[in-house]
Amino acid sequence: MKRSFAELARESRGSSEAVIPLLQAAQTEFGFISRDTIAKIAEATGEPEAQIYGVASFYSQFSFTPSGRHIIRVCTGTACHVAGAGRIVEALSIELGVAPGGTTEDMLFTLHTVACLGCCSLSPVMMIDGETFGKLTPPGAVKVLREFAAGGPR
Amino acid sequence: MRKLLVGTGTCGLSAGAGKVIEALRNNPGEYELSGTGCIGMCFVEPLLEVRDGDSRRIYGEVTPEMALEIASGADPADHLVWSDDGRGSHADFLEKQDRLVLRNCGIINPDSMDDYIARGGYEALRMAREMTPVEIIQLIKDSGLRGRGGAGFPTGMKWSFAASAAGEDKYIICNADEGDPGAFMDRSIIEGDPHAVIEGMLIAARAIGAANGYIYCRAEYPLAVKRLENAIAQAEERGFAQGVHLKVKMGAGAFVCGEETALFRSIEGKRGMPTFRPPYPAEKGLFSKPTNNNNVETYACVPWIVRNGVKAFRERGTEKSPGTKVFALAGKVKRGGLAEVAMGTPIRHLVFGIGGGIKKDKAFKAVQMGGPSGGCIPEHLADTPVDFESIPATGAIMGSGGMVVMDETSCMVDIARFFLSFTCDESCGKCTFCRVGNRRLLETLERITAGEGREEDIPFLETLGRQIIDGSLCGLGQTAPNPILTTLRYFRNEYEAHILEKKCPAGSCRALIKFAVNPETCRGCTLCAKACPVNAVSGQRGQVHSIDDHKCTKCGACYDACPFDAIIRE
Repeated sequence: MKRSFAELARESRGSSEAVIPLLQAAQTEFGFISRDTIAKIAEATGEPEAQIYGVASFYSQFSFTPSGRHIIRVCTGTACHVAGAGRIVEALSIELGVAPGGTTEDMLFTLHTVACLGCCSLSPVMMIDGETFGKLTPPGAVKVLREFAAGGPR
Repeated sequence: MRKLLVGTGTCGLSAGAGKVIEALRNNPGEYELSGTGCIGMCFVEPLLEVRDGDSRRIYGEVTPEMALEIASGADPADHLVWSDDGRGSHADFLEKQDRLVLRNCGIINPDSMDDYIARGGYEALRMAREMTPVEIIQLIKDSGLRGRGGAGFPTGMKWSFAASAAGEDKYIICNADEGDPGAFMDRSIIEGDPHAVIEGMLIAARAIGAANGYIYCRAEYPLAVKRLENAIAQAEERGFAQGVHLKVKMGAGAFVCGEETALFRSIEGKRGMPTFRPPYPAEKGLFSKPTNNNNVETYACVPWIVRNGVKAFRERGTEKSPGTKVFALAGKVKRGGLAEVAMGTPIRHLVFGIGGGIKKDKAFKAVQMGGPSGGCIPEHLADTPVDFESIPATGAIMGSGGMVVMDETSCMVDIARFFLSFTCDESCGKCTFCRVGNRRLLETLERITAGEGREEDIPFLETLGRQIIDGSLCGLGQTAPNPILTTLRYFRNEYEAHILEKKCPAGSCRALIKFAVNPETCRGCTLCAKACPVNAVSGQRGQVHSIDDHKCTKCGACYDACPFDAIIRE
């Protein structure tokens, strides 16, 4: 069972080893790392806030701004790249009106590119939340997104 | 009783295996249902295997409805991909392999320790515990096993360093931070046979005298993490761990953490920045204690070697690179998936024998090996055997086993640019040459692919590339220019075409191509106009269409949409 941020913070007893697991729990639970979260981690682990911030900003898993309700991850790994991932990203960017890394104004979608989702034989691939969509074309990806959005907030 | 197995690795689930297994679960019948790891035939996922007594049949591209029919006895021949009586459209995909590391993948239920034990699991650990640490290390040395993470360092020697290091507290690490885009061997091994990795680590722990260990796994592999945690809990519960504490640590999305010193910093809760060696990890590694770090596949080899002996291992592979290697075959190949072959097998056998050749029968151009640290090996060197001597001689690296196949439509300058943009993002920033130098290389490549290349760019790329190799501390920087240097070596003509003629021979770089309609073949079906996202295509139904160059973003949607090949890319 995954433990909550609060539980992990109680158990970490001044150990630097807990910094990354705490950041991960916070990212999952709150969707981003706030100033307040950094202060709490500093208190729990005994590490300075600057050190926590340094760690959080180093790893791409952590973000300092709130994410949309649904996360779109377009794979831009090697196999997807040669299969035209760049065009998928472009088509989704146009559709959503945000650049990769951005969140739509209604806070519904955040568009990310990732290095490899590891299902190369389905390339090009994207994930919306936990669901994978493969063998995409630019119009196909837009269609998937529209259908997902029409399914309403899940 | 009949047994039904669904391939529920990440690749299978992505292709819809979850719905297949759910349909079967909701309609129980006269069979036992189980999930299994990656069978390796990723190109026909989702896969369903039927075991009837001794006979085995695997069906591919199975839908939930079809799964129910198969469960009630149907045998759809057009979906049969493999069977033990030699039928099946892709039977040769598995027959052409030598599966030693993947011995249990796709065979056992990875969450079941009993399945693993029934296939001889933990026998090697029992044997190792009857041996002295020195004997174990000697055995691994004799086997000639070399690190499967890419560098090929002799494993037995590495263990002996950590074993003889002074100090009581020692650590054992498994590097499962498989970051190369296009590589998924380690994930498949963990998802398909997690106990093999745990058993290998426990044997290593005995050999070097470690009581604590970590498996550092990519956060992007949630299923692998879950299966490892489950396997560790089972091993502890059944008393196999005997006081060795193993823990899974999740990475947080930094490619450089695949470098061992950076990996240690990350486990310690710090920024994952590499440190200078010496001191080597065997003396001062994790928490400044003696540490042994091996890759997933290396550990998975260990129980097999202990159980089957040095001779059987050395019967495979070459004198200097014994054993087998798992490759993740992807890209423009017909049959992408997991392929394990003896070291020394020619690249061509992987691409054409196992991979079935190039998609749409286009021309085979190159294979990219070793990801962002590796290089592109051209078609004329496709008879190069895959081993730790021959591959580096081409300028590429063995790497961990990602093999991405490129065809005539892949632009090699663009591939170099792609990898450089990856390494630029992932450089930790510690060394100036890596941080700034790679950025300059990337800018130059971006300029070339945008049609603004200059003649002096090629010598600049070569000189700076070599300087970055010399001026960087860790493997990331030392290998980052490889994709450029190998493509310059084998595909210099493509660079020259971009720079001198402002043309992209592969028809891939947008700034250098133009789309037009061939009036001879256009039937005015309007599909291209419908596909165009920027309304650059116009024309009446039944009439020849035309493309407005000023509006066209060169996205190629019309090219893909045309059923008559009437869109010309030039």
